[in-house]
Amino acid sequence: MTAMALEHCDLLIVGAGPAGMAAALAAAPSGASIAVIDDNPAPGGQIWRDGPGAALPPAARKWRDALERHANIRVWSGTRVVAAPLRNELLLEDAERGWRMQWTKLILCTGARELLLPFPGWTLPGVTGAGGLQALIKAGLPVEGERIVIAGSGPLLLAAAATARAAGAKVVRVAEQASFAAVAGFAASLLRWPRKAAQAVVLADPQYRTSSRVVSAMGATQVELARLLQGDREVAIACDRVACGFGLTPNTQLGRMLGCALTPADAGAQALAVDALQTTSLPGIYAAGECTGFGGSERALAQGTIAGHAAVGNERSAKPHEAERTRWNAFAAQLHRSFALSPDIRRLPRPDTLVCRCEDVPFSALADCSGWTDAKLHRRCGMGACQGRVCGDAAQFLFGWTPPAPRPPLSPARIATLAGLAVPDDDVDRQ
Amino acid sequence: MDADVIVIGAGIVGAACAHALAQAGRRVLVLDARIGGATGAGMGHLVVMDDNPAELALSRHSTAQWRGLAPRMSEDCAYSGCGTLWVAANEEEMAEAERKQQRLRAHGIECRLLDAAALAHAEPALRKGLAGALEVPGDGILYAPNAARWLLAQGGDSVRVEHAKVDEIESDGTLRLVDGSRRTAPQIVLANGIEATTLCPELPIRPKKGHLLITDRYPGTVHHQLVELGYVTSAHHSEGDSVAFNVQPRPTGQLLIGSSRQFDTTDPAVEAPMLARMLQRAIGYLPGLADLNAVRCWTGMRAATPDGLPLLGKHPWREKLWLAVGHEGLGVTTAPGSAHLLAALMTGAAPGFDAAPYAPRGLLERSA
Amino acid sequence: MNGPTLLLHIDGQPVRVKAGSSVAAALRVAGGMGVARTSVTGQPRAPFCGMGVCQECRVLIDGRQRLACQAVCAEGMRVETSE
Repeated sequence: MTAMALEHCDLLIVGAGPAGMAAALAAAPSGASIAVIDDNPAPGGQIWRDGPGAALPPAARKWRDALERHANIRVWSGTRVVAAPLRNELLLEDAERGWRMQWTKLILCTGARELLLPFPGWTLPGVTGAGGLQALIKAGLPVEGERIVIAGSGPLLLAAAATARAAGAKVVRVAEQASFAAVAGFAASLLRWPRKAAQAVVLADPQYRTSSRVVSAMGATQVELARLLQGDREVAIACDRVACGFGLTPNTQLGRMLGCALTPADAGAQALAVDALQTTSLPGIYAAGECTGFGGSERALAQGTIAGHAAVGNERSAKPHEAERTRWNAFAAQLHRSFALSPDIRRLPRPDTLVCRCEDVPFSALADCSGWTDAKLHRRCGMGACQGRVCGDAAQFLFGWTPPAPRPPLSPARIATLAGLAVPDDDVDRQ
Repeated sequence: MDADVIVIGAGIVGAACAHALAQAGRRVLVLDARIGGATGAGMGHLVVMDDNPAELALSRHSTAQWRGLAPRMSEDCAYSGCGTLWVAANEEEMAEAERKQQRLRAHGIECRLLDAAALAHAEPALRKGLAGALEVPGDGILYAPNAARWLLAQGGDSVRVEHAKVDEIESDGTLRLVDGSRRTAPQIVLANGIEATTLCPELPIRPKKGHLLITDRYPGTVHHQLVELGYVTSAHHSEGDSVAFNVQPRPTGQLLIGSSRQFDTTDPAVEAPMLARMLQRAIGYLPGLADLNAVRCWTGMRAATPDGLPLLGKHPWREKLWLAVGHEGLGVTTAPGSAHLLAALMTGAAPGFDAAPYAPRGLLERSA
Repeated sequence: MNGPTLLLHIDGQPVRVKAGSSVAAALRVAGGMGVARTSVTGQPRAPFCGMGVCQECRVLIDGRQRLACQAVCAEGMRVETSE
């Protein structure tokens, strides 16, 4: 086994969504060597995911093309962070190999994941997240002719419905758990953000119902039927897919592993805390985009631009973007208020509903646990391959449990990669 | 009095002590701070260790007790009689395997030598060119956190567990809790592992940090717990960091990989360079490990005494206090044996083997 | 199928997909609801989160364990599910 490769860069950006791309392009004129790593096959993050089923807006293409034009920006797609073995070094892995990357400045643009909460039947083939379905369709999942129920909460439901319809599916219901008043209030407030209002008009949907939530997905080996509660009326809808997601939660794992401070716990889902220049609590480490809190792609672009300038010491160029960022902060706050989750969602799981999908741990097994560690050590919840991400989010929502700070590996990683930090042990046959 | 006996610590050793004392007719109160210690971090390998006669006596008695308990334990204790293979990488280690066989056989422990061909047949995933192994079929594995719970539950109404942290052991043996309240009993058992020195700073216990890694599910890769014979040399380095090959097949099909030793650090963080050394050693024996996915890594702190034997017996000067601490990496193996011994001493019964080697020793002088 | 396509193998079966498709999409093209694996209690599981978080879409791709939702199909790729 040869020694592991060691790469260097001046500026390392983790995540190639809007925030990461904006950061790279803002920093590029400085001449710094810039490395952008991203776990998807191509840059764009979730919102600008490319693929046979994607319809990339012109802005997205513009950003991606710009990234390629700079000789001092190198994009490593299909790449994940495994560990932070030393200050100023990350251990990375792709499908072929693991390697070490040394950096001088770091910008975390790790985005957000969908909040996926358990309900009876949620493990059936055919049940996905709402953003999850959108991502799968963009990457080529054929859904032509399928009957799809979309459920959960947030504007993402309408975006997913639009993607599904464009791919030839029949979206038979969009069930938003928030009330009509909350959603209407949000729609009215969009007039402050004309571009968003225009998107909303495009996304307006005759199948949209408020105060509606999924009760169960049913079927023998795949989804055949969805039961929903609309107001106080239960309805059953024959369907091939149920795409259900309850909004977004920031991906703070890498930031937490590095030791970055989080936003206060009482202000919604915790995100990486940053100052006006997008600096985290650790010098030399910045954060931008959804990992600092939900705000949408416009805010992510503004934050990324500020972080990119700040990271190469060009604070003067960062300043003009602060107004743009502030504008979109208000949008984020409005969104959070409008689509707050009803406590009734906590009552979705039945005793036999699985909470931990990796280890098939049912809700009933967790009801008498004292906390996350108790549930993990004694019931295996969180011991599987997702490392407690899906069930951890569920347990936090259902029981208020806070999982501990993440340890390496940050996602399942090959032992060869973890071992690569040491020299091969060639004295196994000699003591 | 709150009970006949109070046990401090509901880890595997405390649970075993509570179980043994309840069997002897005592009412037991177990106080657990829920800090979590070695019980939740270790491998749960039930192994006869023969580095010295006292260790052999304790581990032999204790593994036999585990084999007796196994048929009654709940499924989530995950007991498996998979046995251990002590792997010899070369002829020198094979000679050590033969000596080990003599010692174990002399004490009635079933074991057999495997030559290179037999080893390759028994464990095809091991690299070519190893010399052979000593198989100890009576060894096994279990999942300690649930085994501890099971042991406590066997006591029925005789064993009560309270979530409480002891702040101080007062001079008359009264326990003062963190919330200011007190608990008393005629006898107290200290069984809280690495935390013991917070209550009794005079105990000669030092933390020995160990790293572990568990893989995704790959059933059928490995069939026995595999340990290198060089483990013995590594385990007894008193200073400096060391790693040794130690891999366990979990009933889930996951592979649990150890082991490493670092002295005198209490930082629980996973240290990537130390982990890497441990994994390189493991890959040296099981080349296929390189391509498997690691799902989780963690560390644990072993409570180590200078001579490697636990402290089992009456505290030399503290009122009412009995010790069941310092089990280093053998806490799960020796929990029932330790409990048997301690319960016998506490109740005036005759222990099944000589208690003298484990008598509390090496304590720092009492202050004032 | 409009546009460029490619051929890969899923559990020995030839499957033709649009170029740029993920392996998760190819699983669906191969048949059924795109089941990737079996859960620890024997239930069929298909891609769920679509973005590399839930690990439900773990498959072997050319002998290496990878997530189908983040792997792009390549000509001649061999995919094995654990269905």
